[in-house]
Amino acid sequence: MAVHTRRDDDGQTLIIHIEGRFDFSTHQAFRDAYEHGDQDVSAYVIDMSSATYLDSSALGMLLLLRDYAGGDSARIVIENCNSDVRRILTISNFEKLFSIR
Amino acid sequence: MDEPLSESGPLRVLIADDSDSDRLILKTMVARQGHEVIVAADGFEAVAQYRRYLPEIVLLDVLMPRLDGMEAARQIKALAGEVLVPIIFLTSLSDADALARCLEAGGDDFLPKPYNRIVIEAKINAFNRMRLLQRTLSHQRDLIHARNENLLSEQQVARRVFDNIAHTGCLDAPNIHYHASPLSIFNGDVLFACPRPSGGMHLLTGDFTGHGLPAAIGAMPVAEIFYGMTSKGFGCGDVLREINQKLKRILPAGMFCCAAFVEADFHLNEIRVWNGGLPDAYLLARGGTIQSLPSTHLPLGVLEPDRFSADVEYLRTEPGDSLLIVTDGILEAENEVGEMYGEARLRASLATVPRDCSVFDAVLAGIREFTGATSVQDDLTVVTMEMVDEQALAELPHRISPSALQGPATWHCSYSVSGNSLAQFNPLPLLLHICMEVPGLRRCSGEIYTLLSELYSNALEHGILELPSHWKNSPEGFGHYYAERERRLSSVDGQGICFTLDYHTTAEGGCLSIVCEDTGKGFDVSALTEPQVSPARYAGRGLELLRQFSDSLTFDESGSRVEVLYYWHINERPLQG
Repeated sequence: MAVHTRRDDDGQTLIIHIEGRFDFSTHQAFRDAYEHGDQDVSAYVIDMSSATYLDSSALGMLLLLRDYAGGDSARIVIENCNSDVRRILTISNFEKLFSIR
Repeated sequence: MDEPLSESGPLRVLIADDSDSDRLILKTMVARQGHEVIVAADGFEAVAQYRRYLPEIVLLDVLMPRLDGMEAARQIKALAGEVLVPIIFLTSLSDADALARCLEAGGDDFLPKPYNRIVIEAKINAFNRMRLLQRTLSHQRDLIHARNENLLSEQQVARRVFDNIAHTGCLDAPNIHYHASPLSIFNGDVLFACPRPSGGMHLLTGDFTGHGLPAAIGAMPVAEIFYGMTSKGFGCGDVLREINQKLKRILPAGMFCCAAFVEADFHLNEIRVWNGGLPDAYLLARGGTIQSLPSTHLPLGVLEPDRFSADVEYLRTEPGDSLLIVTDGILEAENEVGEMYGEARLRASLATVPRDCSVFDAVLAGIREFTGATSVQDDLTVVTMEMVDEQALAELPHRISPSALQGPATWHCSYSVSGNSLAQFNPLPLLLHICMEVPGLRRCSGEIYTLLSELYSNALEHGILELPSHWKNSPEGFGHYYAERERRLSSVDGQGICFTLDYHTTAEGGCLSIVCEDTGKGFDVSALTEPQVSPARYAGRGLELLRQFSDSLTFDESGSRVEVLYYWHINERPLQG
């Protein structure tokens, strides 16, 4: 499990890359990833291409990020989910809260 | 750690040597380093001195009369028990076997003769550090052990409190089968079932994010709302909205409850299902068809009340059909090689339920076979509810508690709902509540609720919305009926339903009159008098129920005003509770 961040070319999108299992053990690292960012971040991309699994506490963490990023006005994209990760997001109907692609 | 165990002060050191001169030299060296020294001239004496003074470090000569150093070391280590008392052998031996035997006897190190002051000081300090480390560790271990014991006993108590709040329901009804860990509440799983006053029941299966205390705390208000509102006659939409707004308010962002809510009506043979975040639920028809009921909502406690949707899926059922609900623990149950059980295996076990086996048993057997465990893992909840003939559940206890108050003897009440409120508000719990102020009526709450709800739904669905009830006779029509109901409810301006309740006590008990009027067109009342012919508007069993439960049922000429009279008698049935 690891969390890496980088900025998109425009500098205003924070890309958070999750590796391995996205569960409670990732809690602190995930929070640090977005809370220690600069003020000028206006959008977030959660890159799940290396995430193998996602549990309900990770869903909770995504909601925390959504709150942090402005709730209903948050701009968050979750991308490159494998089928397991996608299934969990679908069951929870997170499409209604996040842009998943 | 609660207290630091550092100890830099002088130590009590026992020196045992049969050579007077050697003993004196060593004693002088150790005493000069500031330690308190106790001496012994042989092993026997050394053990006695140990018992008496409990020194922190022991220096033992190997070869001594009466009891040699090795045997003394054994006895001292046995006396010390768990406490680390470093034993250093004083020896001029250089034979490897002899040295090894010293360590086997419990010795920790050697100090070669002749003595060197610097080496002695360094060894005493080193062993003192080790001794303190060991003491700290065992202290911490004891502390962890005690705290763990404490936590477990607190959980037991919390569990009992939780049981009192949550498990007064009807999970033990003959048509419900479930598996839930005894401490499942601390895994975040909840399972509640409660009979509705009108018959039928509500079933809630939930899975909180997280584990332990936070999940348990969130479950408390859910149980209170679920049982409280269900017993008062609220429908699933109202209960769901209330639970959602409560959880949204009290839970921190990031905590929520995946849940499936089922409202079963055994009389009409319908169920309504709301699934927010749980794996697919399944409706298994007695005939063998299986229908998935996937999650179509966000979990409870995520959305603000104004964005929350309590839309349910309506399903027509037959007695003998079973509904299966599971939490994700079942899909994530692992076998020996770490594979997950998964949806495909669950579906396969549903497709091959043996004839003489219940769905519940088949599902559990499937998981057991897969995981190879004799008992099913703790963090999963499985529940099935079978659709049954209403009569089979007649004995379910209701939760409206008896009151010592006398209640009103004569009263009158008129209540109208109109326009938009018809779509958004259910007046039945309120009306039932008013009636339940009379202790004599309280014991008949089921019948009264049924009268109120049949009158209300007839007035609304047939009187105002003009929905033909025969639509519900076919599966396609059934869905159409509810879709049309939703659509027509959005344009009911100027329409209304008025309930007028009159109650007075009689010599034998009391009489409740319920008048229900609606602004709809009414129907041809004369059709009612013809035997064996039901008018279109009352084609269902509603009319039959009204007749059965009331003492008198009258329609006015237009058919849009109905009056029922309900008598209760003091001596009819003993008061419950």
